[in-house]
Amino acid sequence: MAEAIRVEGLHKRYATVHALRGVDLAVARGEFFGLLGPNGAGKTTLIGILAGLVRPTAGRAAVMGHDVRRRWRQARRALGLVPQELVYDPFFTVREILWLQSGYFGLGRANRAWIEELLEVLNLTAKADANLHDLSGGMKRRVLIAQALVHRPPVVVLDEPTAGVDVELRQALWHFTRRLHAEGHTIVLTTHYLEEAEALCGRIAILHQGMLRALDTKAGLLARHPWRCLCLELDPPGAPLPEAVAALVSEREGGRVKLRLHRLNDQIGAVLDALRTAGLRIRDLRTEEPGLEEVFLELVHEAPAGEAAAAEREAG
Amino acid sequence: MNLRGLYTLFEKEVLRFLKVVVQTLLTPVATALLYLVIFGEVLAEHLEMYPGVGYGAFLVPGLVAMTLIQNAFANSSSSLIQSKMTGNLIFLLVAPISPLEFYLAFVAAAVVRGLMVGAGVWLVALAFVDLPLHSPALVLAFAVLGAAVLGGLGVIAGVWADKFEQLAAFQNFVVLPLSFLSGVFYSVHALPSPWDRLSWLNPFFYMIDGFRYGFLGVSDAPPLLSLGVSLAFLAAVSVVCLRMLAMGYKIRQ
Repeated sequence: MAEAIRVEGLHKRYATVHALRGVDLAVARGEFFGLLGPNGAGKTTLIGILAGLVRPTAGRAAVMGHDVRRRWRQARRALGLVPQELVYDPFFTVREILWLQSGYFGLGRANRAWIEELLEVLNLTAKADANLHDLSGGMKRRVLIAQALVHRPPVVVLDEPTAGVDVELRQALWHFTRRLHAEGHTIVLTTHYLEEAEALCGRIAILHQGMLRALDTKAGLLARHPWRCLCLELDPPGAPLPEAVAALVSEREGGRVKLRLHRLNDQIGAVLDALRTAGLRIRDLRTEEPGLEEVFLELVHEAPAGEAAAAEREAG
Repeated sequence: MNLRGLYTLFEKEVLRFLKVVVQTLLTPVATALLYLVIFGEVLAEHLEMYPGVGYGAFLVPGLVAMTLIQNAFANSSSSLIQSKMTGNLIFLLVAPISPLEFYLAFVAAAVVRGLMVGAGVWLVALAFVDLPLHSPALVLAFAVLGAAVLGGLGVIAGVWADKFEQLAAFQNFVVLPLSFLSGVFYSVHALPSPWDRLSWLNPFFYMIDGFRYGFLGVSDAPPLLSLGVSLAFLAAVSVVCLRMLAMGYKIRQ
């Protein structure tokens, strides 16, 4: 596949923390790629290496085929980074900041039409001559996106863009990133919100303790999760359950029982038969399929104890 | 070479100080004039540093040079520490700008601010003191050299400092003493031993002494020696600064 991003054997050690421990992954051009992981998983370090903000201890990373260390100018021109923090230069207006950012990338006045278009698309035109100091958090977030896009990078990396934003802005950002993707940009999104990754991303990588725990499509990740839930309302409410069914109970409150069934080993029909045989009446029934959250939690919690202990030791 | 990137960064640094012109240009000019009034007027009748040169004429080039270099330092150092503290340095770090382009842009903007403040002090001082101009070329050369050296030192300090307090310490314990002890207010020949000899180890002395020679045609050190030392100092500061930027010292993890 033509690759937008390739990362091979990437390690990053800080003074006391081994933040990345041999990460390998590739993102195809035109993909909408999700990077998930709990705090401290190494997500920001990984995108920092791609953007040239962090230097890897070992391994290599490339953006659109350009090694981020040897061909750093080309790699940086190919990448637009929307940082997580709402950082800005308080001396300048929105339009000035975009002009300056465009100039840093070697683009002159010819790029100003694109800057005006960005202001329009991101609903910033009315605030173009305002100082960033005077903008709301949502407006500042839009300016960060405009800054990342000012040099028309083929790859756009958004580091938790919806962290702490209200529902309306989150929807607007989702809409805008979908539009960028539809226009051909490769999008890499790091997020804490699993529903965001589910809604937007084609493939998802899960990082934990600096290691890649999984990399697959959403459907592929969900298929890895062998459990589903069967929710029942039984009558009489407090009646004892057959032994085989009682072993499957994950929650029980009165007549409401939630069973955790293995896809291959536990048949719904057999469970229902056992309940009927025991004289229980089934008043209501529904199944719950797992979401990314369950997959995520399972992957994160299955880290070998030795690795987790080592990580904690190194984290001090 | 990303020349447009370099120019844009230079332009941004110049625009930054022009947006707060009272703080960055007018205040240092006013402060230098206070020195001129206090020292120049009070001591004018009692001191003659060189034969035939009044104290006012001696003092003004020193004051112009001191103000010029201090403001060049302030420009690059304060811009960098602010960008680091507010986090907006990230926009520069993700851009295709090399350490050399970064360095040249910051130093060039520092030189522009230094020259503007220096010119302001000089022009206003002309109203008080009859000041000769022996060699405009040497005045300009030492002004640019001095501002470039301090602009480079400002980059080093701005990159090194993690907080404003550390930057203030660099300014108060390195830049200020070296500039005050460089013969701004006196000829080093007038100092008792060993201070007169120690002054010759201060690189700021050569920048200010050579600058003064450009106005008066007389100085403590031979102007060529001052030019050589100042150039060597600029080279040393540039090497350290470029090395720090290339390593990403304290700005890239």
